[in-house]
Amino acid sequence: MSQATTFDVTGQPLPGTDAPAVARGERSTLRRVLRQRSAIVGLAILAFLFAVAIFADFIATYPPNQVLIGVEPDAKPRLGPCIHFLGCPTTQSQHYFGLDGNARDEFSRVVHGARTSLAVGFITVIWSIIIGALIGAVAGYSGGRLDNFLMRIMDMLLAFPALLLAIVVVTILGKGLTNAMIAIGIVALPIYARVMRASVLSVREQDYVTAARALGDSSMGILRRRVVPNALTPIIVQGTLGIGGAVLEIAALSFLGLAAQAPTAEWGVMIGTERNQLFTAPLLSFIPGVALTLTVLGFNLLGDGLRDAFDPRLAR
Amino acid sequence: MIRFIIRRLLLSIPVLLGVVFIVFLLVRVIPGDPCEAALQERATPETCQRFGERFGLNKPVLPFVIKDKGGFLGFGVTTDPASIINNQFFIYTGDLLTGDLGESIRNGQPVTEILVERMPTTIELTVYALLFAITVGMTLGVISAYRRNSVADVGTMVVANLGVSIPVFVLGLVFAFTFAIVLKDTIFELPPTGRLNAGFQPQDIAVAWGMPDLAGPPRTVLDFIGNMYTVNGLLTLNSRLFFDALRHLILPAVALGTIPMAIIARMTRSSLLEVLGQDYVRTARAKGMKPRVVMFRHGLRNALLPVVTVIGLSIGTLLSGAILTETIFGLTGMGRTIYESIFGRDYIVVQGFSLIVAVIYVLVNLIVDISYGYLDPRVRLA
Repeated sequence: MSQATTFDVTGQPLPGTDAPAVARGERSTLRRVLRQRSAIVGLAILAFLFAVAIFADFIATYPPNQVLIGVEPDAKPRLGPCIHFLGCPTTQSQHYFGLDGNARDEFSRVVHGARTSLAVGFITVIWSIIIGALIGAVAGYSGGRLDNFLMRIMDMLLAFPALLLAIVVVTILGKGLTNAMIAIGIVALPIYARVMRASVLSVREQDYVTAARALGDSSMGILRRRVVPNALTPIIVQGTLGIGGAVLEIAALSFLGLAAQAPTAEWGVMIGTERNQLFTAPLLSFIPGVALTLTVLGFNLLGDGLRDAFDPRLAR
Repeated sequence: MIRFIIRRLLLSIPVLLGVVFIVFLLVRVIPGDPCEAALQERATPETCQRFGERFGLNKPVLPFVIKDKGGFLGFGVTTDPASIINNQFFIYTGDLLTGDLGESIRNGQPVTEILVERMPTTIELTVYALLFAITVGMTLGVISAYRRNSVADVGTMVVANLGVSIPVFVLGLVFAFTFAIVLKDTIFELPPTGRLNAGFQPQDIAVAWGMPDLAGPPRTVLDFIGNMYTVNGLLTLNSRLFFDALRHLILPAVALGTIPMAIIARMTRSSLLEVLGQDYVRTARAKGMKPRVVMFRHGLRNALLPVVTVIGLSIGTLLSGAILTETIFGLTGMGRTIYESIFGRDYIVVQGFSLIVAVIYVLVNLIVDISYGYLDPRVRLA
């Protein structure tokens, strides 16, 4: 059921309630986003990566963890790439990126890695936004001592370099991908809490909030209908940039052996296990590295484009 | 200005106290028995009892709180009233006030001694990385803004966008491969690991300066400085040592500094473009000032504020990145030490090093805040 539009004393509709205006706003926002070159490039990269992740089972030529020794006569660890189109004899099996140290098809592992990295990035940032925004909203809306207490805790979390804090948290919770996601999420909490709190503070004193309160709106109602819609834009921008960061940090933890564990097809793990073979098989480290960079680049470009679209002052 | 600085200093005290407390607690929540980790097969109930006594690990953690493997996060409750005073946290903070960071559980070496050995590696690495990030980043940013929408601008921003997206450990590996293997036996060859080539030894600065008997804190300071090998080379007038150390630093410093460099370049560009659109810049141009003078005197100075923030924030990125960079380039610095100590359950070292890192971080933020006040007097009133 559509919500009735509320009007202020001058007869103007109150922000966040006028459905047609919202729809118009959304259309122009989308247009503004699509006018950003970086957003388009970012979207294109991410669309490609999502397609790879979704159709990984069809794109990959082998199961990601299948050891090919004994399956294919010529398979051996770190066998170089063989692409028939480029002149590799058809008697040999085709492996676009060669085989890794355990004689698994590198191409298939890189393709499946997209699934892991994207899922991990999204889940981490979503849970971090939910908890962080909740803390920020409570702090900003309640003010006073509770605000001070919550924000000082957030300050203390910010007093540690992100990766160090994440390493400590993972060590406490135990190695593994889920715990790494929790750790990276905790490290990012203060950012979302601050963004949300700032939005709440700026909106709290606005006339239309006072009006809504005078009209008998409950605190929760005000928070949900006036404050959250206003805070959503900065949170989405921050979150998009945050996904790139989360993907990067989780790959770093995996590289150090703390997040995803072998034989999971995850780019950080793949780089970590093959980095000592840099001199003999550099591709095995570089290709997951390129994939990782591309993912982070996609999210960064999209995040930049969104920020520029929503804050035209920065759009240059 | 002095009131502003004092206020900021006072505000950072509760944060620092909180950091001390959090570091202390986090380290004790890490699962695993430090005695078993340190003594391994020699760990028996008797040796662990003595071990606990020696490092004070048998005492209550906080007033009325003991370490209890079955309890919440590894903590349990005690009713012993003596625990109000006689607990690990009070002893730890008391020691901290006297500058004592404790001894390593694994080898009994004082943490301050390990710091003097290993912190210079990280400081040297981050300082060179930061120098690279600031000089290259700001230059690229200025060029980009000055020649807006030109090929140079687009090229710079592509580099900046790539730079901010490429993980330190990937870039490090690419560098190691390129400069140690592809360019081997050319003048561009650079060493992929270590701090000095075989045959090079840093000199003891006190000895080189004819003060071999120097002791106490001055000696510690000289040792600390001497462990930054490029500085050592300069102070002992040993140019070969200096250049060898520098050659070893180039790859890790550039790998580590690339993300901050890209961020600084982007921030310099956007901040400069915003300032150059202001009325006073138009006035300066209308007065007939040379474009270069307008750019530097009116533009850059006013565009610096957000750039300084970003530089301050990059210290955190650098300290995080140092863990990875040190791993790839085989450097035994603070990042590597913390990482290894966490796995060795060396509470005391993790605690000491993490605290120092957090303190550096808080102090850097303080300096950033103070420099705001200097660059933009309006901030002092806020």
